[in-house]
Amino acid sequence: MKPFTFALRQEPPQRVDLSPLTPDRLAGKSIAQIEEIEIGVTRISTKVGDLFKISEGDLKNVRFEGGSTRFDLVGAKLLPGFAIHVEGDVGAQCGRLAKGGTITVAGSAGPHAASGNLGADIEIKGDAGDFLAGPLAGELAGMAGGRIIVRGKAGERAGDRLRRGILIIEGDAGEDFGARVIAGTIFCLGEARGRIGYLNKRGSIVLARGGCFGSTYVDCGAHELNFARLFARRLRNHSAQAAEVLSRRLRRYGGDTAVYGKGEILTPD
Amino acid sequence: MPDIVRNGVTIDDNFAEAFPMSGTGILITAPNPKWARQAALTMTGFATSVIGCGCEAGIDCEVSPQDTPDGRPGVRVLLFAMSSKDAEKQLVNRLGQCVLTCPGSAVYSTVAGEFEIKVGDAVRQFGDKWQMSKVIDGRRYWRVPVMDGEFFCEGKVGLTKKSVGGGNLLIMGADWDKTMRATEAAVSALDRVADAIAPFPGGIVRSGSKVGSQYKGMSASTNDAYCPALRGVTKSALDEDIGCVLEIVIDGLTDNAVREAMRAGLRAIIEMGPEQGAKRVGAGNYGGKLGPFHYHLKDLLP
Repeated sequence: MKPFTFALRQEPPQRVDLSPLTPDRLAGKSIAQIEEIEIGVTRISTKVGDLFKISEGDLKNVRFEGGSTRFDLVGAKLLPGFAIHVEGDVGAQCGRLAKGGTITVAGSAGPHAASGNLGADIEIKGDAGDFLAGPLAGELAGMAGGRIIVRGKAGERAGDRLRRGILIIEGDAGEDFGARVIAGTIFCLGEARGRIGYLNKRGSIVLARGGCFGSTYVDCGAHELNFARLFARRLRNHSAQAAEVLSRRLRRYGGDTAVYGKGEILTPD
Repeated sequence: MPDIVRNGVTIDDNFAEAFPMSGTGILITAPNPKWARQAALTMTGFATSVIGCGCEAGIDCEVSPQDTPDGRPGVRVLLFAMSSKDAEKQLVNRLGQCVLTCPGSAVYSTVAGEFEIKVGDAVRQFGDKWQMSKVIDGRRYWRVPVMDGEFFCEGKVGLTKKSVGGGNLLIMGADWDKTMRATEAAVSALDRVADAIAPFPGGIVRSGSKVGSQYKGMSASTNDAYCPALRGVTKSALDEDIGCVLEIVIDGLTDNAVREAMRAGLRAIIEMGPEQGAKRVGAGNYGGKLGPFHYHLKDLLP
């Protein structure tokens, strides 16, 4: 069945909050009612109907034809069983606090993508902005479940305060990759820079190309880790490159011993 | 009703009476089949009967590397007990003492049950706070550092209360060798049935029991009606041509698994015939009033 489609008519005149446009919140509404939903974030009104041409379809699959860096909060609080696809870019906080479901973005994402994600499977085919999977200001933990895969580069502080879940960056990562990680698993398949894994408590950070991570990480030797074999098999269909890295013999650096120190950085030996 | 004869083997018009049990199990993997099997054998040792061992356990099958979660050779172990509490206690104890200790082992859930019991979540504390948890596709796993690397164990495994214990076949033959030949053939046939185990040594029990005893306080004692050496002095169930009786007891995760295992065993015995193997096959029951599952031999004939 055809997806429920929002075709973009024009670039939004202001930032728009697209959190009302998830399947569960659209259910039971007529097209006319949906067109009346206010999505502007300033005193100037912007309604769904001003920006999008709506074609009805299967509400379990919502599709945005055309994207914009002004599309904020796409798929926020998405529920399991639903899917959102954006044929273009998205703005800030894509997949914020999503409980499940899948979100795919054909373009790039702005800052705080997958922030507070609780279970959604998010794929960004382009690049991601700063604070990927990170918390908003004042929050104690970042992403707490689910999986996010960025096919391109990620900005600074990716994986900040990650609590649980899997984060894969297939390109390069910006400064302070994996800083303040609490737990969970993060991958950088390109170059990672800055204070990698700074204050990592008990997360696993996988660096395909190694990196410089300071003296508070302690070499624990190279090992065949069984968990990595299982992980590799489960990731094979989602990120073949990440699976390949995990299938190799891995050198384990324990840390960050400046804090709790039960985490690790794994790099191919 | 006359007994049925198939290929020269007499099949009693009788039935096996079985009971509901709590069933659980784990998949053990290791770097090679030898050590996967070793862990499974150790874990299922002293697990023949719930009466004295607390549980009944056995190896269901070997699992090829393509079919295990981590791509290593595996062995699937099933464990049955009279209550889910007993099953949990036995599984956790055996996992901690027999599988955690076995070099190279890892443990995964393999039973899809309506309940879950904590195994990794209990064994993890062996890690003395160095253990790490990983949630992969919604399932929690524990990495416990040990002297050969890491013990990798799923947090919870499935448990079902729809299991059945006590399916059985009584195999009767002229002498020990022939009866054993038929019984071994039956065990290897029912080994191939999924979700069912025969918990006794090599799948075979030679000391079948009846309820009660002449001694006070003993709930079970030798099944004298089937002891060939007592044929003259007791109310024997054996004719003169029977010199040996062996029993196979079967536990299964489902009613159907027990039925199919009994069917497979019966077929193997009948195919062998009385010259090489058994002359007669029977089944044990308690009159049909105690156990809700009845497996009539005549319904299982090939």
